[in-house]
Amino acid sequence: MSNEQLQNYIKELVPEVVFEENTQYLVAVVPTEKIYAITENLKKNASTAFDYMLSLTGVDYPDSYAVVYHLESTKHNHLIVLKAKMDKQNPKIDSVCKVWPAAELQEREVFDFFGVHFNNHPDLRRLFMDEEWQGYPLRKDYKDEINIVEL
Amino acid sequence: MSDSKIQENLQKEDAYYVNMGPQHPSTHGVLRLRVGLQGEKVIHVEPHCGYIHRGIEKMCEKDTYSQIIHLTDRLDYLSANTNNEAVCLLVENALGIEVPERVKIIRTILDELTRLASHQLWWSVMGMDLGALTTFFYGLRDREKILDIFEESTGGRLLPSFNTPGGFMHDIHPNFVPRTKEFLAYFKKKLPEYNRLLTGNVIFQQRTKGIGILSKEDAIAYGVTGPSGRASGFACDVRKHHPYSAYGMVDFKEILYTEGDSFYRYVARMDEMWESMKIIEQLIDRIEDGPYTAKMKPIIKLPAGEYYQRVETTRGEFGVFVISTGDKTPYRMKFRSPNFANLSALDYMSRGFKIADMVAIMSSLDLVIPDIDR
Repeated sequence: MSNEQLQNYIKELVPEVVFEENTQYLVAVVPTEKIYAITENLKKNASTAFDYMLSLTGVDYPDSYAVVYHLESTKHNHLIVLKAKMDKQNPKIDSVCKVWPAAELQEREVFDFFGVHFNNHPDLRRLFMDEEWQGYPLRKDYKDEINIVEL
Repeated sequence: MSDSKIQENLQKEDAYYVNMGPQHPSTHGVLRLRVGLQGEKVIHVEPHCGYIHRGIEKMCEKDTYSQIIHLTDRLDYLSANTNNEAVCLLVENALGIEVPERVKIIRTILDELTRLASHQLWWSVMGMDLGALTTFFYGLRDREKILDIFEESTGGRLLPSFNTPGGFMHDIHPNFVPRTKEFLAYFKKKLPEYNRLLTGNVIFQQRTKGIGILSKEDAIAYGVTGPSGRASGFACDVRKHHPYSAYGMVDFKEILYTEGDSFYRYVARMDEMWESMKIIEQLIDRIEDGPYTAKMKPIIKLPAGEYYQRVETTRGEFGVFVISTGDKTPYRMKFRSPNFANLSALDYMSRGFKIADMVAIMSSLDLVIPDIDR
């Protein structure tokens, strides 16, 4: 599918979707509470078939936390970027482990660094930091009290 | 909970747990695997990462793009040059800079030399892990020749940091072309020796054939890329499907197999070495005189926006994701590391096999731990 067809398809699927302009790939900002339904549909539908998740990234934007999904279809060779934003108080989103098992470790990484809680994740624990580590290091307001190196 | 889930949990409770690593010789680094066993059978593998976590993504947020290149060396240290290139390509594409053709060709040659050196080391340690210590000496002997080429031209043997946005730090050494040619002639004779030494070995084949099978669908779902993914039939070669640098100018084959077991992951890498040599041969005489870098401003500021760059490192698809606010440092930088994705499939692949097979499976995945922990 071309980017335009993809755009129309997603618009039909979720009317609330917003497309970012002047981007490298097609970027769709989708409602957070629908992320599981959207990703499942995009993977299972034969005309989109996004079966390969390149990366799952956590981002701390000034006004919200976000999870960014880079998806590609190995069948049709099209690529899309999904973005789901969450409020800063209580960041929560559905896990997509069931859609792509690759997400399991990557979601644990995002939980570890950003404190984003993934609902229905089979084993949500810290991945890189110690179990008893305080705070979420990749957040912009994170202060490391022990090893302060300010440049 | 479903019945199968309850059954699985009961099995896990019943299991006998053994730690592989963080200092196990076959993990090649500090990765700890908590392996659940029933007798000798593996029923569950739980990776514990973070022993070499350095917070590189956080560090990047305070560094300029030229400084970040030195950090990317320390991710997958066996494909350092390719990691450097990924950041450089991202900056060049974001700024719309066209680098000289000379730079593109040399970058591609260096990439393929990196791949050869890395595969040589992988072959050495794979044999060693499975009890054939001789391979270690053969592989390292030949790898040394590539490292010497790197040392002469870039100043670094393992971590060159030779690429900069726009081109290179300095020009290559005049010996670069003759020595590379010399190496190709040498290694073409040596590579069949590798096959005679290990590939046909009965013990080696019995320990790898049919071990750790990964189907094509699972490889895609887990995002297993590189030779490991291609051994399962997942056509994921970024060089072929999204060419960068000079890969569009050369003719090479994407190695694909459908078996997806440890042995074919091994064969895929062996075949890739021939393809790498083919690529270098096509390019080595096309290095023309000219500048070694495009004109760059001293302070690089990316226009506000989000960028993604993918390259093919030795172990699979490496991605750099940058969010820029127009400043000289990135707002957020994320590395999609191939080893991290490959590791996620380890649990699934090794279930049902014996604990001794874990060594063969891990060796055939060729994990590099600093790339996982970042």
